[in-house]
Amino acid sequence: MGLYNNSLGRKGYLFVRNGTIITFLILFAVATIFPIYFMIISSFGDPVEAGAMSYSIFPSKISFESYKFFFNFSPHSWDWLLNSFIVAACITISNVFFATLAGYAFAKMKFKGKNILFAILLGSMMIPGQVTQVPLYILIVNIFNLQNTYTALIMPSLVTVYNIFLVKQFMSSIPVEIIEAAKIEGCSQPKIFWHIIMPLSKTVMAVLAILTFMAAWNDFFWPFLVTNTMDMQTIQVGLKNFRFANTTYFAPMMAGATISAVPMFILFFSLQKYFLEGVTVGAVKG
Amino acid sequence: MNQTLTKRKKLRLESDSGWGYAFIAVALIAFSLFTAYPVINAFMISLQKYAPLGSTYVGLENFINSFQDELFWKALKNTLVYTLLTVPMNILLSFLIAILIIPFKKRTQTVFKAIYYLPAVASGVALSVVWLWIFDPLKSGIANQVVGFFGLGNQNWLGSSATAMFSLVIMSWLSSHGTAIIIYLAALLGIDNSYYEAAEIDGATFLQKLWYIVVPFLKPTTLFLLVTGVIGSFQVFQNAYLMTGGGPDHATTMVGLLIFNNAFTYFEFGEAAAQSLLLAVIIAIISFIQFKFFGNDVEY
Repeated sequence: MGLYNNSLGRKGYLFVRNGTIITFLILFAVATIFPIYFMIISSFGDPVEAGAMSYSIFPSKISFESYKFFFNFSPHSWDWLLNSFIVAACITISNVFFATLAGYAFAKMKFKGKNILFAILLGSMMIPGQVTQVPLYILIVNIFNLQNTYTALIMPSLVTVYNIFLVKQFMSSIPVEIIEAAKIEGCSQPKIFWHIIMPLSKTVMAVLAILTFMAAWNDFFWPFLVTNTMDMQTIQVGLKNFRFANTTYFAPMMAGATISAVPMFILFFSLQKYFLEGVTVGAVKG
Repeated sequence: MNQTLTKRKKLRLESDSGWGYAFIAVALIAFSLFTAYPVINAFMISLQKYAPLGSTYVGLENFINSFQDELFWKALKNTLVYTLLTVPMNILLSFLIAILIIPFKKRTQTVFKAIYYLPAVASGVALSVVWLWIFDPLKSGIANQVVGFFGLGNQNWLGSSATAMFSLVIMSWLSSHGTAIIIYLAALLGIDNSYYEAAEIDGATFLQKLWYIVVPFLKPTTLFLLVTGVIGSFQVFQNAYLMTGGGPDHATTMVGLLIFNNAFTYFEFGEAAAQSLLLAVIIAIISFIQFKFFGNDVEY
C-alpha cells in the first residue's frame, strides 16, 4: 500500500516499472554529477595549452603534472588551503558554541524582550545580502582598517542568525521538565547548558558545524573583497586568480578546481548522514 | 499557596534573566555590528554620494538615477527571466525525483539522495570553472558535442548574447537538487497511508492519487521551496560574475551583479546601496504576493 501499488500480482510488471524508474533516476544522476566527474578526470591530464587538445570523457592517462603546475603557479598556493582551513575552522567553532548558546536561550529561557529580539533576528533573514554588503565592507575595510587580516575574514560570520534559528528549532523538542528538575536541584544555567543541553544537542551541533564549515570553505565574494595579497587569500579566491591568469590551461584549471573541492567531498562522504539530516532540521517545520 | 507559586515564578524569571542576556550577548553584539548596523547604514549611504573623506548628501538622487538607468531595468528583466526559467523547473524536477525515489528501499533512497546532493558540496568557483569548459564554443566542447548528437549546429554558448542566459539556466537545471529532493521526501513520508488506502478502495489510479492526495499535501512544502527559491534566485549572481561577467552585451547582468559592479568596480557605493534597497523591496513584494496567492489555504 502507499502511493505506489505493489500488489499487482504480476511480478514482471513490477520489475519493468521499477527498472524504468531506476533508469531515469540514474540518467539524471549522471547528468548531475557529470561536471564533477569531468573535473576530476580531466585534472589528470598534461598541463598543455588547450587549443591543441580534445576533451575526453574517459581518462587516457593519469599524470599529476597539472597538480604540480597549479601549485607552482604561486608561492602561496599552499597558504590558500591553509587560510581557508583556518578561517573555516574559526567560523565553525565560534558558530557552534555561540549559536547553540543563543539558540538555547531563545528556546528555553525566560527573559524580558526575548520574543521581540528573536522576531528581529528572524526578520533580518529576509534582507538580501546585497543590502549589508557595501556597509559591511566600509565598516571592516575603511572604519576598522582590517583589510587583509584573518579578523576581517572571520568576524562578520562569527555567529549567523540562520544557525541560531536552526538550534532554536531543535531545542524546542527538549522537554522543559529536565531543565526544571535541574534548576530545583540548584543547578545554575551555565551548568545546565554544559552538562545537560550540550550532550543532548550533539546532532544539531554536528549538523551546524558541517554546514557552517562548508559554507565558509566555499565562500568566495567576502574573501575576494577583503584580501588583496596572495598570501592572505583563500583557496576559492586563489582558484579564481589562477583561472584568470591561465585561461588556456585546461587540465591545471581542473586540478585547481579539484583541489578546492576535494576536502569538502571527503567531509561529505565521511559525514554524509549529518549533511542529509541537516537539510530537514531547519526546513520542514520552518 | 497561590502566592508562593507566583513568587517562585517571579524568582525563576529573575534568575533566568541575567544568564539569558549573557547567553545571547555575543550573538547579539555580532548581529548588531554586522547585520543591524549595516542595514541602517545602507539607508544613509543610499542618500549620499560616497567619498572616503566625507560623503555629500544628495537626497533621492541615487534612487532616481537607478530608475532612469536602462541597465537597471535590463538587469531586473534578466533576473526575472532567470528566475522564471529556473525556479519552477527546479521545483518540478525535485518533485518528480522525490516521487520516483519513494518506492525504493531506504538504502537506495540514501544513495540517490547523496548523489543528487553532491554538487552542492563543491564550491561555486570550482563548478563555474568546470562549466566554463563544458560550454567551450569550439566543436570539441562537451556541450557542443551533446547538441551535435541531436543534429544541432555549433553554439557559442556563453559568448553570444542569444544563448548566454540560457547557458546559465541549463547550469542551474543540472546543479544540485539534493536539498529540495530531501525536503520533498521528508514531506512525502509524512502522508499517512490511510489516505492512499481509502483512495485505492475507491479505485483511484496512480495519477489520481498523485493529484488529489500528494499535491495538496505537499503544498506547504512547495510554497516553502518556491518562496526561498525565488528569494535566492533574485540574489544569484556568482555564476554570472565568474562565467560571463554579465556579458555579452549585458545579456546576463543580474541585479545582484549590477549592485556588485557598482559597488566594487566603480565604487559608486551610494548607487549600489540604493539599488540593494530597491532589490530588498522587490523581493519583499514578490514574497508577499506568493503567500497571498498560493498560501491562502496552507496551514502551518
